[in-house]
Amino acid sequence: MRKLINLFALLGFIFFSTNSFSYSSDPKIFIEELVGDAIKTLSDKNISKPDKEKKIKTIALENIDINAISMYTLGAIRKTLDQDTLEKYKELFEKYFLKSLTSRLSDYSNNKFEVISAEQKTETTTIVTSKIVENSSQPEIKIEWRIYTKNSLKPLIRDLRVEGLSIARTQKEEFSSILNSNNNDINILFLKLEEFINN
Amino acid sequence: MNLQKTIILISTSILLLSANLKAETGKECFEKVSRSIFKFNQGFDRTVIKPIASGYNRLPKLIKDGTGNFTSNIATLLTVPNHVLQGQWRLAGESSASFLINSTIGILGLRNPAAKMGLRNQQEDVGQTLGAYGISSGCYFVLPILGPTTVRDSIGMVADSFVDPFAHVTIREKELINISGNKIDYFSVKGATAIDFRGDNMTNLDSLEKNSLDMYSALKSIYLQDRSKKIGNTFSSEDEDDWGELNK
Repeated sequence: MRKLINLFALLGFIFFSTNSFSYSSDPKIFIEELVGDAIKTLSDKNISKPDKEKKIKTIALENIDINAISMYTLGAIRKTLDQDTLEKYKELFEKYFLKSLTSRLSDYSNNKFEVISAEQKTETTTIVTSKIVENSSQPEIKIEWRIYTKNSLKPLIRDLRVEGLSIARTQKEEFSSILNSNNNDINILFLKLEEFINN
Repeated sequence: MNLQKTIILISTSILLLSANLKAETGKECFEKVSRSIFKFNQGFDRTVIKPIASGYNRLPKLIKDGTGNFTSNIATLLTVPNHVLQGQWRLAGESSASFLINSTIGILGLRNPAAKMGLRNQQEDVGQTLGAYGISSGCYFVLPILGPTTVRDSIGMVADSFVDPFAHVTIREKELINISGNKIDYFSVKGATAIDFRGDNMTNLDSLEKNSLDMYSALKSIYLQDRSKKIGNTFSSEDEDDWGELNK
């Protein structure tokens, strides 16, 4: 019996330590906790780089609406693609997104971050306003988080607006430019994504 | 060319272009040429601007803040007439008060006591004024050294030098309330503004370059979003259409 209890205790420990990424459902606290966790992970000198990346990816997969972002980013062309092509795109986009996210977060991990306020815009969207506090190398940066709250118990991040400039929209227009310059050939976009992922 | 002729030329150009200016925002004027100029600009940035901005970032915060405040205070001279042209009387008043306070109590604009008094000083230019009048941006292109622009904003940039009292005193070397200057003053201030901006955005631009599939398009998007939010005087320029569909 004691062995069984020990086994459950061990399983419980493993479960909670690997699922320590469940944050508050209040959008403001959600962002506070999530960013705090990400910055803490990235600036922890005792964690190896691959482990940092692994944890950031786990946080992102749990808390960012990567599927919706991938569709938004692809724009209107998504309606013309078949299911297999869309699946391939989603798979590549996820890898691209996670690599790019880790890199972007690492660039800002030495900064102090503060959440200011939250405003529910629609039934499904809340905007959380935050800032990266001014330091010797850069001025204060205002960041707005677009949070999808259709499931009020599980908020998901959909976009970041850095000083009012949407990262998702920038990405969308980048993809659109690649497609426009190549007769809307999705394979060229796949090649560019693969190049980024493998570099 | 005298001032009157230039104003007539600019007004005529705007009228002639206004049909094209209704064109879809973000349309390219001559993409291949713009991409080549963009590559040249990137090279210029890597070899000249970025190294200077890196050195500038190592200066004491007091000097950096002073430079940022000084250039921003001078830019207020262009902001005030543009607020007036847009009928934003309260903002014109706030910007004027900000300029007067910073130029005196703030020691020639090196400090920014006006901000502590709650006086806003958002920067405006003729391109934004034309945008506020409902003139669309027209096609997009890249200028050597000066970077991204649109037909409307490039016309605005030329017009700025006629609306801006600082340009009047420096570029055209005309005396204004016993203040005189020369072209070197103008280009020194513009150069300092560029270095201060580049220094402030060191991490942002490096991160963008590292994570872009197509840096040219990313910067184009950022430029157009930024202009759109400045014209609308809003924080965000978000296109809600596609999200709306994905919100279901």
